[in-house]
Amino acid sequence: MSPTASSPTAGLPRAHYLNQAYGIRSWLLTTDHKRIALLYLATVTLFFFIGGSFAVMIRIHLLTPEGYLVTPETYNKLFTMHGVAMIFFFLIPSIPAVLGNFLIPLMIGAKDLAFPKINLLSWYLYIVGGAFFIYSMLTGGLDTGWTFYTPYSSIYSNSAVTPAILGIFINGFSSILTGLNFVVTIHTMRAPGMTWFRLPLFVWAHYATSIIFILGTPVIAIALLLVGLERIFHIGFFNPQMGGDPVLFQHLFWFYSHPAVYIMVLPAMGVVSEVIPTFSRKAIFGYHFVAAASLAIAVIGFLVWAHHMFVAGQSTYAALAFSLLSFLVAIPSAVKVFNWIATLYKGSISYDTPMLYALGFIGLFTIGGLTGLFLASLGVDVHVHDTYFVVAHFHYIMVGGAIMGYLGGIHFWWPKITGRLYPEFLARIAAIILFSGFNLTFFPQFILGYLGMPRRYHTYPPEFQVLNVLSTAGASILAVGYLLPMLYLTWAMRYGKVAGRNPWPATGLEWQTESPPPTENFDKTPEVTWEPYDFHHRPDLGLASPGLAPARGDD
Amino acid sequence: MHRTGELYGQFQTLDQQREAASLGMWVFLITEIMFFGGLFLAYTINRAIYAVAFAEASRELNVHMGGANTAVLILSSFTMAMGVWCSQTGRKKLLVVFLIATLALGGVFLGVKYFEYAEKFHHHLVPGYDFHFPDVKPEIAAQDPYINAHAQLFFSLYFGMTGLHALHMIVGAGLLLWLIAQAAKGRFTPAYNTPVEIVGLYWHFVDIIWIFLFPLLYLIDRHT
Repeated sequence: MSPTASSPTAGLPRAHYLNQAYGIRSWLLTTDHKRIALLYLATVTLFFFIGGSFAVMIRIHLLTPEGYLVTPETYNKLFTMHGVAMIFFFLIPSIPAVLGNFLIPLMIGAKDLAFPKINLLSWYLYIVGGAFFIYSMLTGGLDTGWTFYTPYSSIYSNSAVTPAILGIFINGFSSILTGLNFVVTIHTMRAPGMTWFRLPLFVWAHYATSIIFILGTPVIAIALLLVGLERIFHIGFFNPQMGGDPVLFQHLFWFYSHPAVYIMVLPAMGVVSEVIPTFSRKAIFGYHFVAAASLAIAVIGFLVWAHHMFVAGQSTYAALAFSLLSFLVAIPSAVKVFNWIATLYKGSISYDTPMLYALGFIGLFTIGGLTGLFLASLGVDVHVHDTYFVVAHFHYIMVGGAIMGYLGGIHFWWPKITGRLYPEFLARIAAIILFSGFNLTFFPQFILGYLGMPRRYHTYPPEFQVLNVLSTAGASILAVGYLLPMLYLTWAMRYGKVAGRNPWPATGLEWQTESPPPTENFDKTPEVTWEPYDFHHRPDLGLASPGLAPARGDD
Repeated sequence: MHRTGELYGQFQTLDQQREAASLGMWVFLITEIMFFGGLFLAYTINRAIYAVAFAEASRELNVHMGGANTAVLILSSFTMAMGVWCSQTGRKKLLVVFLIATLALGGVFLGVKYFEYAEKFHHHLVPGYDFHFPDVKPEIAAQDPYINAHAQLFFSLYFGMTGLHALHMIVGAGLLLWLIAQAAKGRFTPAYNTPVEIVGLYWHFVDIIWIFLFPLLYLIDRHT
């Protein structure tokens, strides 16, 4: 394989999963996990841009205190549909269903996931769920907030709540089946020599994520099903007039939706755990602790849900317990951050694009995590509850954390997925634009929230205008940062330099096979004889001086 | 992925394939427990708060039909277990017989459920605009002045929980039909019987859900 190929197809392996078969049927009926990952990539990107366009309208509307763009009712629909599209149809499937789907079988040396047909079914459930949500958007929209709080969502809202609920319900089964597939695959399909503690940390992170998929998603499914039944049959599980309890809905909702935050951020942590060692040329510091921290976050994440309800009238003692438990999540999160930093220490660091995203992730996740501790404190939370402080906090985790991780992962594995390298210089510029735009968008919102600007309002007092204008300006920079990778990654699919098997080089099993991989992933079942992230005992990586030379050179 | 005999292409051995299928079904059942769990939670909380209304409302259920159905389901679990045993020991004809018996018992359960639901419908006990709980004794009405609303909550939970359970029974019946067709062709042998085993797991799970539903919904007035 020659790295200096000039014509578009020369240098790629002769047969791989992309040219195995052609035509629309070969994609829509595929059971190849790699092709299903690309189907997901296309569709989550669509929802990202749907959700993003709502965000653009929100930010334009908030340029002036009175808000001239849309009516108050429409504004309610904008932030609701932004949240639903981004959380349920982009963030939750993004890393697991795209990168996880593509990489888990490759990383553990399997030919496919354990249940390839169920994997395809997951994608179709996602599509059907997404179609219901789009139907809801087109027939009046949704104005309940992405949280669907009762009794507003069950009795009072006149917007298209029922199809949206149905869409999220169906989409939930897509998540459940993906999680089920991952757990079974990781348990039963590992190649010879791939012991549990030789698994890449990306796989550990997805194992933890899958546990949340399995234990959490059914609960929101039943909660939303009950809301739907209330709307259709006028019965009252959550309707106080009929003896129901609206706070019960909040409990059921957050029992899933708080762990769902970890569905978004754990896979991103998995990406970062792959990227940092590769571009520091050093084994990850404290492998076992990073792996265990993923599981700990998944488990503790299930015990903190009621911190969303400190002002919803729950008992003070319950609030105290949930406050304390929420602080506990900081421990495994900090374990990860410190271990990444310790990995960087005395490493041979190169600032390739995935590394820029990973470093950005560490910084933004730390800010998002620490402000989470503010919110876990009862007294502070009463002050900033339902303000922009909360909005800024969770965007630092979900956008600054999860999307930075997602884009970092897409760049890191793009050579494996497509067989070609993206333009490095442009990609670094885009990463920096994204990072700056993100901070300019959301840091002012911390200040706004601290000063008392409530979230979900279409209007605000004039003294908040400067900070809102800053935030909108940041959002436009952020939008450029998102469009750039769209363009050059698509361009690179056809015109990028041929990558070869292992361009960085990295230590994982997925880099042993061709880029793009053949349909059955490996020519023969690989056998793992090395420890994870070990650069020293790997002559096959072709490093002149293992552990010293920077990754891929500083070009 | 190509299939060679009973071995699907992504697996190396039949043992690995069986292990994956069985683990997959167990994981699926865990999600089912969480799914029903939300309803059980809603039931438990409201049962604790509105004990009087719930006991009063449970008196409207037909404990004989419910009890008979419990026996029918336990029996169907037995025939299902016998079916699994037959498939493991190569008794192909007996397997078909036991699977048909299981399906028939499931059908009996759903039939009885139909009559129960119809009875509730005629007595205006289906939640909604037409719900009307019969008048209760004054001392009970004094304990819970909103008994109509709270009884309606009971029946909302009753129809929600038993309806979801019945839906699972219908899915199970579909799976059994497929199994019977395959078993009649003699596909299941001591070497390959995973489908029988995992449908069996599912059937027992649905059975166990009912074992919890029956006392919770039908028998609570017996000890108040």
